[in-house]
Amino acid sequence: MASTYEKIATTTVSGSATATVTFSSISSAYTDLVCIFVGNQNAAATAKLRYNNDTGSNYSQTDIVGSGSAVSNQRRSNTDSFRLYDILLSSNPINTFIFNINNYSNTTTYKTILMRSSDSGGEVGMAVNLWRSTSAINRLDFLTGATNWSAGSTFTLYGILKA
Amino acid sequence: MATTYTLISSVTVGAGGTATISFTSIPQTYTDLVLVTSTRTNRASNINDELNITFNSNTSSYTYRRLLGESTASSDSGSTRTVLIVNGSTSTASTFDNSSVYIPNYTGSNNKSFSVDSLMENNATAAARQLVAGLWSNSAAITQIDLTSSSSSNFVQYSTAYLYGISNA
Repeated sequence: MASTYEKIATTTVSGSATATVTFSSISSAYTDLVCIFVGNQNAAATAKLRYNNDTGSNYSQTDIVGSGSAVSNQRRSNTDSFRLYDILLSSNPINTFIFNINNYSNTTTYKTILMRSSDSGGEVGMAVNLWRSTSAINRLDFLTGATNWSAGSTFTLYGILKA
Repeated sequence: MATTYTLISSVTVGAGGTATISFTSIPQTYTDLVLVTSTRTNRASNINDELNITFNSNTSSYTYRRLLGESTASSDSGSTRTVLIVNGSTSTASTFDNSSVYIPNYTGSNNKSFSVDSLMENNATAAARQLVAGLWSNSAAITQIDLTSSSSSNFVQYSTAYLYGISNA
């Protein structure tokens, strides 16, 4: 099998005071990125994802979420980050988020990111996020909306090659 | 740099079909598993069918929450392992589902969560896509995965399933 799906980096939260997990100096050698988050926060709150540490109002997103009994959808415009909604619940330690960051290193287009989230004790949903920047993505920051990411939470970044 | 997305095993259903697609003796050397399916069943008089996923032959302790897009959007929850939606016998010919199941930390001692993105398209009504947050409340490492029809139908010829291992080490 061709080597097209490679781990770039992984972070496992080991302490109780990790508010931000960062992947920096991301190589531009891949075609797409996939990031897998498995874990939790220490309280229910809206976590955030930023690209290249950009805190400007350059993000927008569309979400659809199922609670197990109802469906809701939401639009956000001109936010300072990709909002990962409130589905990280301290009562459920095993949420899974899958991010597809396609064509992340091009310097011509804005970046579109797809996310699927899975919390069997809370909500399930998907979102599309637009980052209005033509810069290549070289850094990801996952910011907890609570105080900390829970110990044992893992963030793994993979690179996918088309050639 | 090491390759981290490795094919463990694949199944292609032959003529005559089969009731169960199984992956047994799953290596315990990966971090996560990804199951990718393209299947169809012979469920009679129905456009679609649903699949049960079973770990280690254990049929209890499953729960899920689901977001379903059909002609309208809905969400439900339940205590079954019926988490994939596939084409049935009356859906458009030669059309198979497109589904993936992501199972993180499958060798760990925690309960096992899994994330399902499953769809069946059909050139008519009753096409569907669903996202499922699944939980198997069992601390055992996953060593076997079985797929079966919830209507006790058979997978038809050319149905495929691929199991991949992903390592973050």
